[in-house]
Amino acid sequence: MTTLSHYLLLSALIFAVGMAGALTRRNAILVLVGIELMLNAANLNLIAFWRYGPHPEALTGVMFAVFSITVAAAEAAVGLGLILALHRHMQTTDLDKVTGMKG
Amino acid sequence: MTIGFLILAIVTMAGVVAAMSMRHLIHCVLALTLGFAGLAMLYLQLEAQFVGLTQLLVYVGGVAILAVFAIMTTHSSEPVARPGTSYWLGGCVVATAVFILLAHAIEKSGVGARTMPAAPVGGVKEIGVALMSGYILPLEIVGLLLTAALVGAVVVATGEGSGKR
Amino acid sequence: MTRAVAVDQMFVTLNHALVAYVPAVWRPLASAVLGVVTVMVVFLTLFALTVLLERKGLGRMQNRYGPNRVGPWGILQPVADGIKAIIKEDVVPQSADHAVHFLAPVLIVVAAFLNYAVIPVGRGMALTDLNAGVLFFFAISSMVELGVFMAGWASRSKYSLFGAMRAIAQMISYEVPMLLAATATVMVAGTLSTTRIVEMQATYTGQIPHWFVLTPWGFTGFCLFMVAATAESNRSPFDLPEGESEIVAGYFIEYSGFKFALFFIGEYLGMMATSAMAITLFLGGWSAPLACLQWFPTWGWFFVKLVALLCGFIWMRGTLPRLRMDQLMNFSWKFLLPMTLVNLVATGLWRFLPVGWERWLICGALVVVPYALLGRSINWQGRKVAVRRYRYAE
Repeated sequence: MTTLSHYLLLSALIFAVGMAGALTRRNAILVLVGIELMLNAANLNLIAFWRYGPHPEALTGVMFAVFSITVAAAEAAVGLGLILALHRHMQTTDLDKVTGMKG
Repeated sequence: MTIGFLILAIVTMAGVVAAMSMRHLIHCVLALTLGFAGLAMLYLQLEAQFVGLTQLLVYVGGVAILAVFAIMTTHSSEPVARPGTSYWLGGCVVATAVFILLAHAIEKSGVGARTMPAAPVGGVKEIGVALMSGYILPLEIVGLLLTAALVGAVVVATGEGSGKR
Repeated sequence: MTRAVAVDQMFVTLNHALVAYVPAVWRPLASAVLGVVTVMVVFLTLFALTVLLERKGLGRMQNRYGPNRVGPWGILQPVADGIKAIIKEDVVPQSADHAVHFLAPVLIVVAAFLNYAVIPVGRGMALTDLNAGVLFFFAISSMVELGVFMAGWASRSKYSLFGAMRAIAQMISYEVPMLLAATATVMVAGTLSTTRIVEMQATYTGQIPHWFVLTPWGFTGFCLFMVAATAESNRSPFDLPEGESEIVAGYFIEYSGFKFALFFIGEYLGMMATSAMAITLFLGGWSAPLACLQWFPTWGWFFVKLVALLCGFIWMRGTLPRLRMDQLMNFSWKFLLPMTLVNLVATGLWRFLPVGWERWLICGALVVVPYALLGRSINWQGRKVAVRRYRYAE
């Protein structure tokens, strides 16, 4: 019998892995991938709470998740556009080398 | 937990961990796609059909392709060396600490005792009605946001130099 | 009438009879497996027939016989092609990424087969009755693009990578008009469930059915959907990704033997799946064209319509020249997308105007006028469409 805590644990695990990747990887695209994973973990949380909640016919969790998916897609598009612009200026996507504003 | 949930959770976790730890960028994105597909199956198992299929359509058919195009265009497909600097360990420690905190909070609260209520009879029609009646303001704002993101992504990615040619 | 109903439902009763031999716990699984196996066998046979039909049809259009050596009228040609594909050597480039190279055709074929889960082939004969069937179809179709990219990239060859990039750009560009053309039907039907959409079109006034294609917005939507479907499955005249300069085969250049056959299966199955969805959305699914023809079984009508649409695809392939990449992209974003948006407006008006000749006039005008204006005003890079003058080498 799958309880709500199983889904929440899975979502926390995905969030932690996404956060680890976003903090440690050097490539800008992989940082974006980590952020997308964190958003997906939050979506899973929303849907799990909606299903196990007291009023599933109010569709609150589903609405929240749909808008979250939409906003995440828009953010991924803009983020990848930024990475392309970065590459055009610095000829690299390695975040360790983008130190122009240091000091 | 049911066998279906176990299989889907293992598949999703395999995809997610591989996405963040593989050396070759394209392999990372393909493993990420597996993770997204696993999550979509989890949504379908939770009887959120619309969200699960939208996840497949938007993430697998959109965001993953975008990431792949970005990798191809920036020629980042050489293997990125695993960083041996000190903040690699720091990042993993922080992520582990966050997970332990969240797991503790989940176990401490009583959500594990909740039983699953009856399946919601709502379908896509109710979602459409809700979008047009109760959630009309977020819908319009998201429309504006998507337009702005579309125009902004095109402008940022192509740069102003190409417009003057 | 009952004998016609018995023939019509004969596969359903056969399914129930076979499943009754299984203990009750396994019955849903057995019924599903039986349905899946039947769908796979039927559509693979249809694929073999389509390959033969295409080669014979193209041959006749090009004033030659098609294959006629292997059996009477070349009927055994698909068998010969299958044997050749299986026994051919499977050459994989040494620098190719072996795992991804292997998985790419698998993903394409799996996605192509999954599409058939929501198509109602006859009355009560859909594999599943999903609440969001149309959305499922488009979600699975968008997985094919990832398979195309995997195929092109894993071969580690410049030609295959460029072919894959062009193929993905084309498929993404044409997915948007396809979705919007289908949304018009969803607006009128009020549901995303394919079985409900077909049941709505299966009623008759007099002899004329209520097919959506017999309305101005439905006809436009059908034409837009079919054009976008041709581009989605990389068929001619949109086959630049796979017929690039006719020497380099694009993203599946490094595949040989059975994997090449899998790509072909994936492409033809995709073509048949989008035709089946067009039939479901616009041509009334399994319903008969006239009320007096309902004695013919419903699954028979579905396959008659499917074969008619496939002949339309083959006809287009034999007739039209290939489009260039920039012409292709311009066509999608500057012509098809505005037309689908105009079609949505026309559909909305049709839904809310009272029944009568006024709504025919208004919706018809709303569809025809932008079509004429857009068609005239599109000129790429400022060049007017004019008679072409040729310069010959001296």
